[in-house]
Amino acid sequence: MADNVTLTIDGARVTVPKGTLIVDAAKRLGNDIPVFCYHPKLQPVGMCRMCLVEVGRVQRDRASGQVIVDENGQPRVVMAPKLETACTTPVEEGMVVIGASGRVKEARDDILEFLLTSHPLDCPVCDKGGECPLQNLTIAHGPGQSRFIFEEKFRLAKQLPLGELIYLDRERCIQCARCIRFQNDIVDDRVLSFYERGRHLEIITCSEPGFDSKFSGNTTDICPVGALTTTDFRFEARPWEMNMAASICPHCPVGCNLTLNTRREARSGGQMVIKRVMPRQNEQVNEIWVCDKGRFGHHYASSSDRLTRPLVRRDGKLLEAAWEEALELAAGQLKAAGAGLAGLAGGRLSNEDLYNFRQVVTGLGGSAALNTRMGGAEQTQQVGVGLGTNFAEMGPGTAILVVASDLEEEAPIWWLRVKQAAERGATLIVANGRPTKTDRAARYVIRYAYGQEVATVLGMLVTGSSEAAEALARAENSVILFGREGLDFAGSTALAQACANLLIATNHYGRPNNGLVGVWPDANTQGAWDMGLPARGQAVLPVGATASWIVAADPVGDGEISAEALRAAGFVVVQELFLTPTAQAADVVLPAASWVEREGTFTNGERRVQRFYPAITMKGRPDFQIAAEIGARAGLSVSSHAAQIMLAIAENVPAYAGLTYQKLTEVVKQWPEVGGRDLYYGGASYTNRQGLGVQVPSAAERGADITAGKLAAPPPPARNGLTLVPVTVLYDRSTTFVRSQVMHPYVPRPYVELNTADAARLDIQDGDTVTVEAAGVRVTLTARVDGRAPEGVALMPADLGPAVPAVAGPATIQKG
Amino acid sequence: MPADETAAGLPMGSQPATPPPAAPEPAPVKYERLLLRHRDIPDLHRLEVYRQHGGYQAFKQVVTTLTPKQVIDEVRASGLRGRGGAGFPTGVKWSFLTKDSYPRYLVANSDESEPGTFKDREILERNPHQFLEGVMIAAYAAEAHLAYNYMRGEFWDIALRLDAVLDELRQAGLLGQNLFGTSYSLDIHNHLGAGAYICGEESALLESLEGKLGQPRLKPPFPADKGLYQKPTVVNNTETLTNVPMIMARGAAWYKTIGTEKSPGPKIFCLSGHVKRPGNYELPLGTTFRHLIYDLGGGVPSGKPVKAILTAGASSTVLASSDELLDTPMDYESVAARGGALGSASIIVLDESVDLAWLTLKTSRFFKHESCGKCTPCREGTYWMLNILERVNKGNADKADVDLLQTVALQIQGKCLCPLGEFSVTPVLSGLQKFRADFDGHTRDGKGAPAKPSAARPAGTAARPAARKAEPTPAGD
Repeated sequence: MADNVTLTIDGARVTVPKGTLIVDAAKRLGNDIPVFCYHPKLQPVGMCRMCLVEVGRVQRDRASGQVIVDENGQPRVVMAPKLETACTTPVEEGMVVIGASGRVKEARDDILEFLLTSHPLDCPVCDKGGECPLQNLTIAHGPGQSRFIFEEKFRLAKQLPLGELIYLDRERCIQCARCIRFQNDIVDDRVLSFYERGRHLEIITCSEPGFDSKFSGNTTDICPVGALTTTDFRFEARPWEMNMAASICPHCPVGCNLTLNTRREARSGGQMVIKRVMPRQNEQVNEIWVCDKGRFGHHYASSSDRLTRPLVRRDGKLLEAAWEEALELAAGQLKAAGAGLAGLAGGRLSNEDLYNFRQVVTGLGGSAALNTRMGGAEQTQQVGVGLGTNFAEMGPGTAILVVASDLEEEAPIWWLRVKQAAERGATLIVANGRPTKTDRAARYVIRYAYGQEVATVLGMLVTGSSEAAEALARAENSVILFGREGLDFAGSTALAQACANLLIATNHYGRPNNGLVGVWPDANTQGAWDMGLPARGQAVLPVGATASWIVAADPVGDGEISAEALRAAGFVVVQELFLTPTAQAADVVLPAASWVEREGTFTNGERRVQRFYPAITMKGRPDFQIAAEIGARAGLSVSSHAAQIMLAIAENVPAYAGLTYQKLTEVVKQWPEVGGRDLYYGGASYTNRQGLGVQVPSAAERGADITAGKLAAPPPPARNGLTLVPVTVLYDRSTTFVRSQVMHPYVPRPYVELNTADAARLDIQDGDTVTVEAAGVRVTLTARVDGRAPEGVALMPADLGPAVPAVAGPATIQKG
Repeated sequence: MPADETAAGLPMGSQPATPPPAAPEPAPVKYERLLLRHRDIPDLHRLEVYRQHGGYQAFKQVVTTLTPKQVIDEVRASGLRGRGGAGFPTGVKWSFLTKDSYPRYLVANSDESEPGTFKDREILERNPHQFLEGVMIAAYAAEAHLAYNYMRGEFWDIALRLDAVLDELRQAGLLGQNLFGTSYSLDIHNHLGAGAYICGEESALLESLEGKLGQPRLKPPFPADKGLYQKPTVVNNTETLTNVPMIMARGAAWYKTIGTEKSPGPKIFCLSGHVKRPGNYELPLGTTFRHLIYDLGGGVPSGKPVKAILTAGASSTVLASSDELLDTPMDYESVAARGGALGSASIIVLDESVDLAWLTLKTSRFFKHESCGKCTPCREGTYWMLNILERVNKGNADKADVDLLQTVALQIQGKCLCPLGEFSVTPVLSGLQKFRADFDGHTRDGKGAPAKPSAARPAGTAARPAARKAEPTPAGD
């Protein structure tokens, strides 16, 4: 094949695509050429010089370009006089690479000795010790004795915080620039840089606040030495004393694959606790990255205010009770309610929890609903992205439309993947009411007035209406990611339908890299819909409810219903991790196990079902088990074993037909190889040995008749004065995140963001205290005036404390 | 300031203490200065004077009558070789520009930072128009509409004057849109570096010009393919470009009559060190060291014999002096045949008082200070070599440390990302090879070495506080 090249590396022949670098070609053979600066996800720089090899090339006649052959008729190969860096040299046909020679060994020894001359060799107190490429390569190549005089070592003060999350040890740094390159090339947050030169060259942060990036933790994984460590993990544990458990991130719909490092430790009362969260490779989901919310947002599981014992209301007070008593009481009351039973579940529950919950609630004659403000899952079930969809494969010929979503704040890893697809040549179209970081990578930016989301997408259905619409229609593959910014349930459902109609009209569904993706508020919103839970209505509880069973939802805390109103609707059973305002209003509170204490599956936004595993000592009981136990006491037979529940799901949910826990555990060899014994190549991210998950087919792929839904664009909203738009910020005060104290410096105080012109009109300065009144909400908070909000629009982040209106609408803002 | 030399080449003033050179004196050649014309034409730095002497005629003729390819062919035919140090044929370099890729850029490398090199400074100060005309012709040949003159940061005063010169050229219609009524447009900008030797390396220069940290790029791709802003770019030394107007005005055939067959043309030799009259001397390539040092430079002030010669500043191989060396023609091939490199032709003359251990301490300190830190061997190796040399010079080392110095230098050699690291070891390795005794003489166990204090050693160096005793390697290290 013309696009392939065959070469010989240390005597072994390998055929690889043209343009492959020697280091990668060797890797395919299992020949680990040592590297420090090279990383398969980053552009090569050839800085560390560790990967020097001997390279021989086929000689060609200068004039004719013909290969010169020797007396045996073989192409004549001439070895280059100097060693070359395997990480920057692309393969050539007939090339001969020698890495196993004495000359190469000597060169690597030389480079390693150089690196060690200034290295503090403080492995015994270094967090990287045990999983350190420099340590491993020192054992392989390092001299037993130093020829460098100890006092002449280059010394610098240690423990330099780059930000609130990452510490830099400049003595350990070997100036490979992996961190800088990750921030520049992969994330495009150019917050790290080199400073000074020569032996004084050091990493600095050039952002204010320091290391201002939502992906900073990844630099500690790819740092080939212990120069970068996290505030969360430094001096906490040694790599070899920790266990590993595969998991899925519970914070957003991306579904990043994680490995939880756990340890049983005395200071935690002899319990298994999570010491750190590491990315686990899944090239179709998160590659080898994870955002800082996923990495540092695990502390809620081990929070000391977790509920551990059931609570039962006696004489108006919630008092601890035995499980048996609490379950009996709850089951009796819920069964008695019959058709008056209103079940409400949150999207952070697993498929097994949600399935069992629905089985029990409907089995008792009640109605179960999903506590969500975002609709559109019926549309993603119909024309969601096709089987085999992978952002990493999108490039020229693919169009991606992101509408009503601030990807970096809502699904950070999707921002990285969409950005990289755009850099490879995909056409990125971003439609939103305000500028977001996603605009940076966009070829077309569509700016609409809030309220015009549906009209904007429907407008793209008109042939020739805009270049962006043409690009999307003409593209071989098109994907639409829709969010909910400024929209309530009805609005986001209409937007999803408009997007579905656009995909149907342009025939972009039912195949790989085509279709619809919901940027959901929770990790398993899609799964909840798939498990057959309809979204709740405008009201938290349906009319006529006589008892409620609320799981992993806090409508009281969210300001959607008062405790009094909830209690007025009869007996209240709440299943929760914490004593939330909703739990405080309950008659029975059942302590649930957190996701890291039990088994389960989440279905991500790309409708990939992924399995997570128990990692630490369980507190409470799994939600699916509680549901089964209540069911059993009410005379219903429901399994309380996760794997069995999945079999039931596979039987009853058509899209999930054939799914088993075994299937979800299947893995294939992924490229690039990470996490193996050669840590230096891919970094400390974990190899995926516990399952890549299984994508479930859309209705279109299951042969359903797909037709566009009827939809009329709503009339343009009247524009009088300011429109208040609720927006999502990644670092918020939600129940499952606020308990990560390490992240508190990054959680903003409640604020409303105003356009400079509006602020001037209202005589409001940046930092002023203002009062916002909108849709029955009246809050006092801080004003930000930094020109990011469009004129006439005030942005107010949700989940920072004060309740925000459900939908964009008119508001008044005044000073004081 | 460069000293004036006499055209006759005979030393004037004090009597040399050295005996007359052994070889017969070649007849002094009357040589027409082409690059340092300002020494013969007063006020040549003024536009009207430069124009009175035919200035910008070549540029006009090129733009109005020749195609870019014809210009490249003419320069190629002239045999002009890059004067920055590498000596690569200029016309060939221009012909490497990636086809059909635009825009293109022309960058003049006026970073001149090799120790002992001060030729470009004189051109920029005294003969700026000839240089700029060269830039303009080269830009035309490269089909560039924008050219940058990248100068070292210390040239800020020159940059101020050159900014005024560029304004004058714009007003005179020599820069701007549709020059001479043709479709060709050109503008030139001056840019100042921030004081880094490495930015004289063309790819680091381009990084710096783009506003980034001055670190060299990987090659390939070369600037002719992906240079400034990843577009095809020609980077030429200031002196190289100053040759170009003469070539275009008088023709390649005339140019080839100067110098040697393989190294044609004039060259400015920056003479410094132990000579009576240091300064810039413009001579045809192929002039002997002896003629430059004794006839023009006036010989060694102390009257002592020449011990060694550096030909390329701090990057030089140390060439041990001998009659054969002194009679070697200074051209690219002949110096290479002696194991050195003509480089930028910064001829530093060292008399017998110079201690090579001290000299390599100086060069190593320079390279350690100027290493960009990008690649390991240079960043760590220059630091290590300096540490050893400091100990050697303080008398705080053993002969084993001198052996270690050699090992470290060999450990750097051939592994660096760019030439800087490779240059850092050339004076050390050649110094050790030819004058090992200078190093051993400082050591505690060195015997019989002529460790005389250097006359050139600045006051205070020897009287540094007593150095810490070198410890045997700690076991834990």
